[in-house]
Amino acid sequence: MAALLEARELVKQYPKVRAVDGVSFEVPAGICFGLLGPNGAGKSTTVEMLEGVVAASGGEVRFRGESIAARGSRYRERIGIQFQATALQDFLTVRENLRFFQALYPTKRRIEELIAVCRLEEFLDRDTQKLSGGQRQRVLLAIALVNDPEVIFLDEPTTGLDPQARRNFWELVRSIKAEGKTLVLTTHYMEEAYELCDDIGIMDRGRMIARGSPQRLLAEHFDDSVLELPVVDAMRVGDRLPFVIRGEMAELSTRDIAGALQVLQKAEAPLSRLRIRPRTLEDLFLELTGKDLRA
Amino acid sequence: MKLSHILAMTWARSLEFLRDRSALGWNLALPLLMVAGFAWIFSGPGKPLFTVAVIAPETTPLSAESHPFLATPAVRFYREADLAKAQAKVQRHRIDLAIDLPARRYWINPQSQHGQLLEQLLHGVGGAPLQRQEVAGASIRYVDWAAPGMLGMNLMFSCLFGTGYVIVRYRKSGYLKRLKATPLSAAEFIVAQLLSRLLLVLAVTVAVYLGCDAFLHFRMDGNPWTLLLVTAVGAYSMIALGLLVAARVTSEELAGGLLNMLSWPMMVLSGVFFATDGAPRAVQWVAQWLPLTPMLEAARAIMLDGAGLADAAVLQPLLLLATMSLLFTLLGAFGFKWTQD
Repeated sequence: MAALLEARELVKQYPKVRAVDGVSFEVPAGICFGLLGPNGAGKSTTVEMLEGVVAASGGEVRFRGESIAARGSRYRERIGIQFQATALQDFLTVRENLRFFQALYPTKRRIEELIAVCRLEEFLDRDTQKLSGGQRQRVLLAIALVNDPEVIFLDEPTTGLDPQARRNFWELVRSIKAEGKTLVLTTHYMEEAYELCDDIGIMDRGRMIARGSPQRLLAEHFDDSVLELPVVDAMRVGDRLPFVIRGEMAELSTRDIAGALQVLQKAEAPLSRLRIRPRTLEDLFLELTGKDLRA
Repeated sequence: MKLSHILAMTWARSLEFLRDRSALGWNLALPLLMVAGFAWIFSGPGKPLFTVAVIAPETTPLSAESHPFLATPAVRFYREADLAKAQAKVQRHRIDLAIDLPARRYWINPQSQHGQLLEQLLHGVGGAPLQRQEVAGASIRYVDWAAPGMLGMNLMFSCLFGTGYVIVRYRKSGYLKRLKATPLSAAEFIVAQLLSRLLLVLAVTVAVYLGCDAFLHFRMDGNPWTLLLVTAVGAYSMIALGLLVAARVTSEELAGGLLNMLSWPMMVLSGVFFATDGAPRAVQWVAQWLPLTPMLEAARAIMLDGAGLADAAVLQPLLLLATMSLLFTLLGAFGFKWTQD
């Protein structure tokens, strides 16, 4: 599939820190690409360079094969952005904000469509200062869509939302993806990336350390499952199984779940709180970087 | 209410303030500059209460030697070469009295309380008697003189803070970053800010003027449309000055400090409450480069003297304002940055 968006050897050097250090990747049209990493990994800076909001110190970003620097405002007309934290004009209603942003673009998506897609009906005439976190994110998503963009950038769109609001937001993203739009998502929620992304890149210390579909990356790095027990229960087996302690839980990575269960039964370890789960992106990140994503 | 919470918040906020070196610098520098400036302007044995113009040749000393009245304490006597100018100033309450020593006459505005008090002092000190003359034509009330100053001051604050402070707040809150990601250009944003503030400020100023005029009945000898033009150009120059301040600043506190540094001297030196006639030459030199000064000069010339657009009293300040506007706009526009990259 031809790349819609392409990052070539992107570098961002600040006076005291190299935030992005030679990152290259391609985003094909019609997929949801996720950029993952802990705080300070360089993912937001990378995305801001892709958006054209921050100038790269080195390398370039290409859209449909042409440098975005050369395309200038023609590029900005074709993209939509939802920033992690954006203030809106105070004292304007949701509808007024949509109309204002719509007026800045030559291509306009009908306001009624945006209202329906992002489910804004209930608070359409409310001052944007008086919206809840979830409502605000839906408005910001609608603003990102006012120009019917080809690429939509979502920078940590569900940070700070409660689980219900987060799941509602995922539904919105899925419906936009179903329209054939290309999405670039940054997040530090692994579940979000797994649910929404076709392709992910994992960043750490300004570099891309892994790239591929979530399923492929997990299959490449793991062929085992994880057995979890409370630490007090796992202590019964002593050193007969190599448990690793994470907080109050002890984890065992193994390809032989049946064998591990036999050992636990022999040691008469209580199994009522035992959990067996497949490997997740969180495990992958830990494996690759030695860091917990939420640390 | 927990004291520990208050202390923690106080500590955090204080650290934020102290670590914002630019804002801290201005917070220290501004009062120092203000105190130093005022000390210089009002230095000496104390600020005189009255100002009197003396028409006399250069060889005549402005002291009791020439007339005992010239030794009156708390009165600033200054030499004025042109009698007509001195008369006009008395008429407009810019000075309290004018004395023509060679002609042995003095001019007083019968509506000026300061003038009446000085007249009593003049009669009391003895010396050669001076003949009383009232200024020709209708005397101007203090309110007629002060009204343009009040309206101009209000307009100045609205223009400077309404543009400068708001843009810095937009930048800090990320709103400018959001706009940068749209096809809106920096020039379009700047023009929209200038236009929006100009229209609002003009509408408010006209409304306040008309509202006050309904019961104060301002003197208006000139063309109201010329006054509107002067107000518009003056307002534009101050909006552009606000834009210049906000072009790159990201700290609201620094912006506040800079805007205060511009607005306070204008309030004191531009002739809002009292004229700077008789003030040191350096003060008058500084005052002429503050946009409020030419705006008030032109406005008063139109309202009180009936001056028209072609008169130097209007045209010169207007051209100065236009030059300032162009300069501030160019510097502000070229220096403008959406975000601190």
